[in-house]
Amino acid sequence: MSIASLDHARRPDRALNADALNADARREARGLLALLSPGLFLVFAVIIVPIGWLFWLSLFDESGQLSAANYARFFEQASYIKTFLTTFKVAFFVTGACVLFGYPLAYMLSQLPRRAAGICLIFVILPFWTSVLVRTYAWLVILQRKGLVNTWLIDLGVISQPLPLANNFAGVVIGMTHIMLPFLVLPLYASMKTIDVDCLRAGMNLGASPSATFRQIFFPLSLPGLASGVVIVFVLCLGFFVTPALMGGGKVIMWAMRMEQTTSLYSNWGAGAALGVVLLGVTLALLGLFQWLLGARATGVWSQR
Amino acid sequence: MLLSLAQSALPIGISGIEKRFGGVSVLHDLGLDVEAGEFLTLLGPSGSGKTTLLMILAGFVRANAGSIKVGGEEIITMPPHKRNIGMVFQNYALFPHMNVFHNIAFPLKQRRVSLAETAERVERALDLVQLKGLGERRVDQLSGGQRQRVALARAIVFEPRIVLMDEPLSALDKSLREHMQIELRNLHRRLGMTTVYVTHDQREAITMSDRIAVMNAGRIEQIDQPEVLYARPQTKFVAGFIGESNFISVESRNGSVWYEDRKLRMTTAAPSAGRHLMVVRPEKLRLINGEQTGDVNALPATVGDVIYQGDSFVCYATLKDGRQVTLRDYCRSDVLAKLPAPGEPITLGIDAQDVVLVADQ
Repeated sequence: MSIASLDHARRPDRALNADALNADARREARGLLALLSPGLFLVFAVIIVPIGWLFWLSLFDESGQLSAANYARFFEQASYIKTFLTTFKVAFFVTGACVLFGYPLAYMLSQLPRRAAGICLIFVILPFWTSVLVRTYAWLVILQRKGLVNTWLIDLGVISQPLPLANNFAGVVIGMTHIMLPFLVLPLYASMKTIDVDCLRAGMNLGASPSATFRQIFFPLSLPGLASGVVIVFVLCLGFFVTPALMGGGKVIMWAMRMEQTTSLYSNWGAGAALGVVLLGVTLALLGLFQWLLGARATGVWSQR
Repeated sequence: MLLSLAQSALPIGISGIEKRFGGVSVLHDLGLDVEAGEFLTLLGPSGSGKTTLLMILAGFVRANAGSIKVGGEEIITMPPHKRNIGMVFQNYALFPHMNVFHNIAFPLKQRRVSLAETAERVERALDLVQLKGLGERRVDQLSGGQRQRVALARAIVFEPRIVLMDEPLSALDKSLREHMQIELRNLHRRLGMTTVYVTHDQREAITMSDRIAVMNAGRIEQIDQPEVLYARPQTKFVAGFIGESNFISVESRNGSVWYEDRKLRMTTAAPSAGRHLMVVRPEKLRLINGEQTGDVNALPATVGDVIYQGDSFVCYATLKDGRQVTLRDYCRSDVLAKLPAPGEPITLGIDAQDVVLVADQ
């Protein structure tokens, strides 16, 4: 009996019930794959196939010939380069404005008592439930030459000529900042909420004044949340269409507007597809860069909670 | 010299502290004197106000009234960062974005200590808590016990006047907790800083403290050395909270104390007339033969159950008035030889000097 069991132990291929257990593991893996398959199919059908098709389209010129002309345009035509730069400029300014307004807002929300914070959060989220189009037109009404802001300022005697607030770069930044703000505030608020109150107390206990505690403890600990908010806002800005189209007055041409022009005005699907592919590539590259930056910091002294 | 707090240790005088949260009163007219260099523990169940008192001492919670004097100086309105009090938090509250060195250097940086001196003092503090060479570690690379030590080093590296500890060992497992209790006590003996320690663990309080203040419902019930607190509890709450207790109803009349028709022999004066409770620790009861002799009180009882626990045994017995009492003794062979059987009538003996009476309320 003991000799027989030793024999089994020495030969793994004949180990006790090994075949049955392996078969069982394979059966379980097949079952899990079956459960996953609807999701995998959906990802394939609505993400992989359309993007692949887009890429395929971008490789043909107007006459249906395989060519790299659609991509060559990015380097040859000044208007493309200008659109590219404008898009980044808008995204940069909007993200900056969102950080400027969003950080203090999120900080206030995180310090409020739970109930008051809940009520204030509703006001942050409320714009989500209104159409972007409606909000953009509302801004147009407020900011145009004879809009609310200019009328008031002239009535009060602050200015004599109406300020150019709409149908230009400033209008685009104002309108988009309003729409993007919640995308920065929500992740930032969530990360500020996880900062341990005792860490701040410890800071003060150890001799740091309230402002020093904020600078040396609260702010560094809120950086992961700020970074994710910034990434979300920046990436969303790159592909934004409605607000720049309406608020820019035709003077601020962003990436998505150029795409719309190419496909619906000039019916050049190849060129439009190339624009889409490049935008996707730039976005992924940016996400990768942020990931790398955050990752590099996380393995250093600065650890993510 | 660094980390010799004995000379700089200061007494704390707390008086008339009132604290209400909303309409609910948490601390009532609380007064407490902590001697310079003393290790004082605030012990009480959750909700007794011990943590609130510590928060008021550290300056994180504002009292409604009262005075806190450190070495004669009033600090009740002083902001926390000027109080120069070190604190060890329950969850350590180490700064996750700094390594061990920078965590411990933080209070020195705030005090504009030079870099060279900071490095030297952090090194010595690390040495003191036996974490030499771990300065470059990230906080999340440390075990619970190591984090505990870093928190401790950070709280004492700037030589504070007072050190506060809010249940610092509660997150550690049992064996590590017991080890750290001894270590903390030794560290306190070496450095001699005035320490206020909060815990709900009575064994921890007894192991570590010079004195224990037992808190209940916002008041200090009793403040004494551990031995006195255990042997001579003054209230039913203290007797019940610290250690196990049997409560036996007795009556005081005509200057003596009676259990049913027996006059109790005791070494203290009889309290005011009326019903009282006799507090008897399970290990102070013993099995005796026959009637009471000398200075021993005898209580007849019936054995309910005897439970063997290896090193000791527990005997549950019922007194004549129907009250359950517990007796505990070590399993010496002479005791084991005559363990009573369930249902057997026995006589419980208690020495006159062990009779402690508290008000029955």
